[in-house]
Amino acid sequence: MKAPPFDYIRPRSLDEVFALLERHGDDARILAGGQTLLATLNMRLSEPGLLIDIGALEELRGVALRDDCISIGALTRHSEIEDSPLIARHLPLLSMAAPHVAHRAIRNQGTFGGSIAFADPAAEWPACAVALDAVLVLAGPRGERRVGAQDFFLDLYTTAMDGDEVLTACEFPLRPAGSRHAFLELARRHGDYAIVGLAACARADADTLDDVRLVFLGTGNIPNRAAGAEAALAGRTPDADAVARARLALADDLQPFADLYNSARTKQHLAGVLMGRAVAQLAGRGAGNLQAGGNHG
Amino acid sequence: MAEPIHVTMRVNGVEQTRQVEPRMHLVDFLRDTLEIKSARVSCEHGACGACTVRLDGRIVRGCLLLAVQAEGCEVETIDGASDRGDLLELQQAFHAHNAAQCGFCTPGMLLTAAALLQENPGATREQVREYISGNYCRCTGYHAIVDAVCEVLESQRQARAVNA
Repeated sequence: MKAPPFDYIRPRSLDEVFALLERHGDDARILAGGQTLLATLNMRLSEPGLLIDIGALEELRGVALRDDCISIGALTRHSEIEDSPLIARHLPLLSMAAPHVAHRAIRNQGTFGGSIAFADPAAEWPACAVALDAVLVLAGPRGERRVGAQDFFLDLYTTAMDGDEVLTACEFPLRPAGSRHAFLELARRHGDYAIVGLAACARADADTLDDVRLVFLGTGNIPNRAAGAEAALAGRTPDADAVARARLALADDLQPFADLYNSARTKQHLAGVLMGRAVAQLAGRGAGNLQAGGNHG
Repeated sequence: MAEPIHVTMRVNGVEQTRQVEPRMHLVDFLRDTLEIKSARVSCEHGACGACTVRLDGRIVRGCLLLAVQAEGCEVETIDGASDRGDLLELQQAFHAHNAAQCGFCTPGMLLTAAALLQENPGATREQVREYISGNYCRCTGYHAIVDAVCEVLESQRQARAVNA
């Protein structure tokens, strides 16, 4: 289908964006890469009167290493993250997740900030942001504020961002030494929306895993952190017993919804399967556990 | 009612300026305004890859981009790439393997395959399958398409090995 009619404007500054948002309120939508928004407009899931294209705001683009974090500008494209040596070295979880974000033609146009701000529960970046304790930088007419990823995703397509704010960047704290990461996803076709996915990280000591983070996607309205399963694994040897205990805890951590093709029980089961694989990777018993940046060429 | 907007872009090396409705997709601009019919319209929500074109050298979905977003950009369709001889090896391999079949997905397949050759010259057969997973072939001729792409990958690898 074709999108319903709308007006379009491409401002040159954030102040212009704020003024437009103030004037048009809920009738306006921010257009970044448009890879989710335009698809939903084509399907006529919403009918905004005005699209504010922020694509000309060059200051929102690019990946930078700061003293204590990696800052990813909101307009940074998925494929730039996929190809970035800086990301591969410092945030290997993102390098592992990038190839799962749709297909290359979509990754060439879609933006990191767009995915975070849209907050689709089956999207990869929101789960990674929660797993890695990212901080989201929001700019608005009252100035700038920072919100932790854990507090940012409130409900289905709903975030802590106010209607007059724009997401400008995501700041990822640098990972401590000994960090390991795993990103796993099940989809009917590679690149399709996840049935279930898992962003996982931990610090590996001699025999144990510490600071375990397990954040699932596709299992609820927001990225689902599995606190019970994390606790069952933390400080222990990641053996079959520990995984079995974590799997039991997972039944309380997640209350997945059925989708068109998969029942809630199937999703719960698959989440447990992915967790077992992730723990094997975090324990160094599988591929992709370290700084190599995945095998996505 | 939405205001028409002035847009200027280079399409296959020729500068084009038109008034367009903001909601017009790039692929509809190419097909209906410029009469360049090689990029296809199919699913219109980014799933099938039939509308793949190049925007400033990168492959994108023509149905998930507004024509107005391409302001100032360089757009290339299969016509332009083919006329430059850019896809010759792939086209010959597609022909030899009967990988075109009905031909509907072929422009998107060729542009996607060309991007893979450039980004990952060492791609394995599995990586070829994964890379073109965003392009549907409803004749289900995937096997022939993957064969053709793998043949070009291999011949380019051999050419590099000889030159090295």
